[in-house]
Amino acid sequence: MEASSVAITILWSLLFVYSMLGSLDFGAGFWGMVYSNENKNTNASVIANKFLSPAWEITNVFLVIFVVSVVTFFPFATTLLSSILLVPVALGLFLLTVRTTFMVFEHYAQRFRTLLRITSGVTGLILPALLVSILPITLGGFVDFENDYPRLHYGELMTHPTLYMHIAFGLSTELFISAVFLMDYAKEAEDWSAYHTFRKHALWLGPVSILVAVLTIGTFPVEADWIVQNIEANWLWFGLSIVFFLIGYSALFLKHRDGKRGFARLAVVSIIIQYGLAIYAYGSAHLPYLVYPDLTVADGFTSASFYPMLIIYAIGFGILIPGFILFWKLFLKDRRYLKQE
Amino acid sequence: MDVVVMARALFGSSLGFHIIYATIGVGLPVMIIIAEILHLIKKDSDYALMARRWTKGFAIILAVSIASGTIVGVMISLLFPNFMEIVGQVIALPFQMEIFAFLIEAVFMSIYLYAADRLPTKLRIVSIFAVALGAIASAVLITDVHAWMNTPAGFRLTPDGGITDVDTWAAFFNPSFVTSALHVVFSAFMTVAFIIASIAALRLLKRNISTEERNYHKKALTIAIYFGLITSLATSINGHETAQKLHEYNPRKLAAAEGLFETTRYAPLSIGGYASLEDQRVKYAIEIPYALSFLAADRFDTEVKGLNEWPQELWPPLYVHILFNVMVGIGSVLIVIAMFAVFWKLVLKKEYPPWMLALFVAGGPLAMIAIEAGWCFSCIGRQPWTITDVLRTGEAATKSGSVGFLFVLFITLYVTLLFATAFILKFYFKRNPVSKDLEKGAS
Ligand code: HDD
Ligand code: HEM
Ligand code: HEM
Repeated sequence: MEASSVAITILWSLLFVYSMLGSLDFGAGFWGMVYSNENKNTNASVIANKFLSPAWEITNVFLVIFVVSVVTFFPFATTLLSSILLVPVALGLFLLTVRTTFMVFEHYAQRFRTLLRITSGVTGLILPALLVSILPITLGGFVDFENDYPRLHYGELMTHPTLYMHIAFGLSTELFISAVFLMDYAKEAEDWSAYHTFRKHALWLGPVSILVAVLTIGTFPVEADWIVQNIEANWLWFGLSIVFFLIGYSALFLKHRDGKRGFARLAVVSIIIQYGLAIYAYGSAHLPYLVYPDLTVADGFTSASFYPMLIIYAIGFGILIPGFILFWKLFLKDRRYLKQE
Repeated sequence: MDVVVMARALFGSSLGFHIIYATIGVGLPVMIIIAEILHLIKKDSDYALMARRWTKGFAIILAVSIASGTIVGVMISLLFPNFMEIVGQVIALPFQMEIFAFLIEAVFMSIYLYAADRLPTKLRIVSIFAVALGAIASAVLITDVHAWMNTPAGFRLTPDGGITDVDTWAAFFNPSFVTSALHVVFSAFMTVAFIIASIAALRLLKRNISTEERNYHKKALTIAIYFGLITSLATSINGHETAQKLHEYNPRKLAAAEGLFETTRYAPLSIGGYASLEDQRVKYAIEIPYALSFLAADRFDTEVKGLNEWPQELWPPLYVHILFNVMVGIGSVLIVIAMFAVFWKLVLKKEYPPWMLALFVAGGPLAMIAIEAGWCFSCIGRQPWTITDVLRTGEAATKSGSVGFLFVLFITLYVTLLFATAFILKFYFKRNPVSKDLEKGAS
């Protein structure tokens, strides 16, 4: 494989990891808000926040990793990307900051709980919407050059149906993934009221998310014909992705011996595989462009310090593995944490 | 206003905001480790309580630190794309490594914060060690990029402005890396020490506190004073080396720092005052004969270059002389305060009188001002260059409009967050006062 292909594969894998972690993070914030009213007879909010408290920092670091990797692997892409994305990304940063700080402040000043929860819940919807709206921008048709300087046409973007379908796609995916995951997490905590709440939501969100995904492709702008063709050529992988969806979705209905429905762990794993396949298939359909038609992967890449950076990645993640394992044991497995009031 | 000016203002204020929290993020874990270790050695539960309470404060600060760090991390690419294009080719390595420093800090901070009661003591101390290590490493690595901007190395420019002959490690170990990194770490340590001293002194100034509570704050104050003395000495000794590096690699910046216009041997050191362009000297300053020459290279006859060696368009703004003096002045005052406090304790063996406590209260804010002054001196003193003698600030910045609107948005955010953090800290520690924790421990 060429160095630039290795780099884009790493970048795409980071995007995959962040899209999963981000869905859990933002989704948990949203569910935490929906069920924050203490009178409701479910612990869904407690479970969501139990996951969110220790996990948000790590999710945030993956966002930073993604951005830094774009700039360090593809420095020649910075000028174009930062000119067209300045405003949306800066707004995202603004909201992310409000969300992060309010979420933490809530722990220390419980009197303001409602206000702060609403903030983290609402930003849990707006932020992913903002993030997925970057996708259609790269498809072509929304960027133009004026005196050699790239401009994003906000007007055209805002009035194009594909933007809204992308947002619907992002949100339904986020909520589906987080519902399935939190269902599994609630099971680990043996909290059945939360379990049933999240299962109920997973049941309707699953089919909706698939339907929206398929419809979204139909709304791609005419300039994006190139990627539609590539997607059709990649149908095998997308088909496989659907198969994993079906496996995961059916797992929600399987009955245990004690009569409870849902093999949560199987569902989570299949659905992660489902999205993994879809994201890689989409990524390969996007090649060779980073931004169509102005910027290709090879144009953006530099090999100057590529190999040292690969080594840093290997060493870095190597060192961190014990940390992740400890983290997993303490927060995702330890009954003392899961059942703590 | 022009887009470039707006971009610089936005980025400078974002960093100025981030650094307040980041500095605490680098220093506080070290203080927590000291408290944990003292607890282990002395078996005095006050130290355990200290570690616990500092950790709460740290968690609140950390949230803002991470959020604002994410802002500057992304914004640097958004606002200075042409700069990042060069960074990505030459000095990407520290940025990449820094990510792992963040990850280590994030993973172990969650562990220390939410699982401390479920961990054996040793693993708990390992976790907070990892947090400190992550924070220090991230500070050192980002400072590396900053040092490289001051003393670029490890590449060649082609005639058409491209980059060739990249030597990643030469860039990494650029001439000012080691001195700058040490300076940042030492100054962060000393700042947090003086902030802790401020808080403890403020509490001790209150009349109606119980003896237990008084003892608790005295112990905190003692740790802070000793640690503050050591680290402030380290900061200034190493600051002296940093200045010698300027003499060697950035003489223009040194000249601006000292307000020296004509190249001179036996140059005097001007303290205070302001550098006046008309008079070609620093007005209203105290002059110490020969001192600048001696400080620059350990010899009285050292020739120190003056600003007139360069065309005026390459000078940084002359007010950096003031920034430099503020930093060095505060550093010197704090050393004196800390020495005096140790002398009072060890030799006179007396309690601190209220006027000394009042001095300690001033120490924390002063140290933070020195941090801001130091960074602003270093970045503004580099102007008009973003990468010294390689890339001008005007060429580095974005050409997108809309920066003005973002500037207003983010300044509002920062001001709000400054108040909000102060408020939350106050709110939390008011509801959970030391006296309550001490009673809980006793029962
Ligand atoms: C004194 C040292 C220092 C300085 C000069 C800076 N930072 Fe910083 N930064 C830290 C010390 C630090 C820290 C204390 O180490 C933080 C706080 C929490 C953390 O994990 O690291 C941090 C956090 C932090 C984060 C958040 C990481 C996360 O998600 O956990 C980012 C992206 C940056 N910084 C980026 C920057 C950039 C791009 C800077 C300058 C251009 C910068 N920092 C200046
Ligand atoms: C007391 C004697 C001190 C001396 C001689 C000194 C010297 C210097 C010099 C020469 C620089 C500029 C480096 C450059 O631009 O390349 C600098 C920067 C800086 N100083 Fe100091 N300093 C002193 C004290 C302090 C104190 C007390 C603090 C804070 C508590 C501090 C914090 C900083 C910071 C944060 C920077 C910017 C980072 C850097 O470039 O290293 N300094 N100092
Ligand atoms: C955190 C403490 C810091 C503070 C308070 C600070 C302050 C400033 C200020 C005031 C400016 C505007 C200068 C001007 O245009 O007149 C600036 C510019 C800049 N700084 Fe720093 N700085 C800090 C650390 C850093 C670090 C660690 C880096 C690099 C990794 C950095 C990179 C830059 C860049 C790229 C610019 C914009 C280009 C330029 O004006 O040269 N700064 N900073």
